[in-house]
Amino acid sequence: MSTEEHHHHDESYAELRTKALESLLVEKGLIATNAIDDVVRTYEQDIGPMNGAKVVAKAWTDPEYKKRLLEEGTSAIAEVGFTGAQGAQIVVLENTGDIHNMVVCTLCSCYPWPVLGLPPSWYKSEAYRSRAVVEPRAVLHDFGLELDPAINVRVWDSNSEIRYMVLPQRPEGTDGMTEEELIPLVNRDSMIGVAVVTPPTLTG
Amino acid sequence: MNGIHDMGGMHGFGKVPHEEDEPVFHETWEGRVMGIRRSLVKHDIYEPYNFRFSVESLSPAEYLSSSYYERHLRATENAAITKGLITREEMDERMEYFRQNPDALPARREDPKESEQIQQITFMLHPLHRDTGGKPAFHIGDVVRARNINPQGHTRLPRYIRGKAGTVVKYHGNHDSQDIDMDGKTSPPQPIYSVQFDAAELWGTSAEENQLLFIDMWEGYIEPA
Repeated sequence: MSTEEHHHHDESYAELRTKALESLLVEKGLIATNAIDDVVRTYEQDIGPMNGAKVVAKAWTDPEYKKRLLEEGTSAIAEVGFTGAQGAQIVVLENTGDIHNMVVCTLCSCYPWPVLGLPPSWYKSEAYRSRAVVEPRAVLHDFGLELDPAINVRVWDSNSEIRYMVLPQRPEGTDGMTEEELIPLVNRDSMIGVAVVTPPTLTG
Repeated sequence: MNGIHDMGGMHGFGKVPHEEDEPVFHETWEGRVMGIRRSLVKHDIYEPYNFRFSVESLSPAEYLSSSYYERHLRATENAAITKGLITREEMDERMEYFRQNPDALPARREDPKESEQIQQITFMLHPLHRDTGGKPAFHIGDVVRARNINPQGHTRLPRYIRGKAGTVVKYHGNHDSQDIDMDGKTSPPQPIYSVQFDAAELWGTSAEENQLLFIDMWEGYIEPA
């Protein structure tokens, strides 16, 4: 089948192939249907950016925790209960008034699954993978983020098995807020480094 | 391999698409692919080549015309066939069956114990640190140059870094080398470092102002500059 034809068939063709593959492997006793169901449910419901948001909110409100998180990300994240595939070693990068970190994987789409879940489409796109390392400010502009020229932009290419997560800046005007109240403010994109966290008054 | 997957610095892919509130899986089959792929880990289907190399080995045209999960599907299917779990003929026949019977669903097999094992892979921590691999030859502050290697097998040294000079900023311990040669041979664990490159070193006058690039370098990827 030619590439053009393949592309033309699109989703339904992939669906057909997936059904064929699953049915053959199940009938041969090599995989279990409920195991697949559980993987799907886990990534749809239990593992996602809400995990990372908890880590961020804790770091914002607990200076000792923040210190541990920046020194030994994996174990500090495990303290909050998040471990697993694609998170064997997680390094947390702190964004400040002078430094803006952003994460990409040019070779694949490596991403810290235990804290952010499965990567969004844009992170997996050829456009992001190719451009983030060479024109990060232009990419951030596409995301609606304009950085002051004085801010040092640091791009992290996740080429090894180490995974990276950004600790965004705590927004101004949130001094009185508790850890629980801060969690919903933290958006996924801010933990990849293509967005900032805005104060609640601005998000409505 | 110098494949299409090695995209850092390429032009022509346009604006980054951004979808608000996108679902975890856009289509049901994508989740099934994810689950099948994880379930097959116990059958070692990606040995001696790993899953990544299987994806990279798709032709450039197929790679670019396929979505993330389509690539994973093809790589999983190809690996299952190479490993002898299924045959190409069985796949063709089964696809024809589902084409003719669009409402038919794959048979179900329930195995609670198997699901438990798979969930362990999902949630367990498998530390990367290895006790073997020797002492680090480089230290924080050392200026190093990425080697100009062009292996046909799997490598984690992207083209845009090769031959460029940077500074070691952190030693991460020793990790398994992920490189695999065309005979399926892997190398022993090595020290791995975070190395910082100035954007101007990588991109010359096309570089943006005030930018640094950080990437992980196994010891075999670098030499003293």
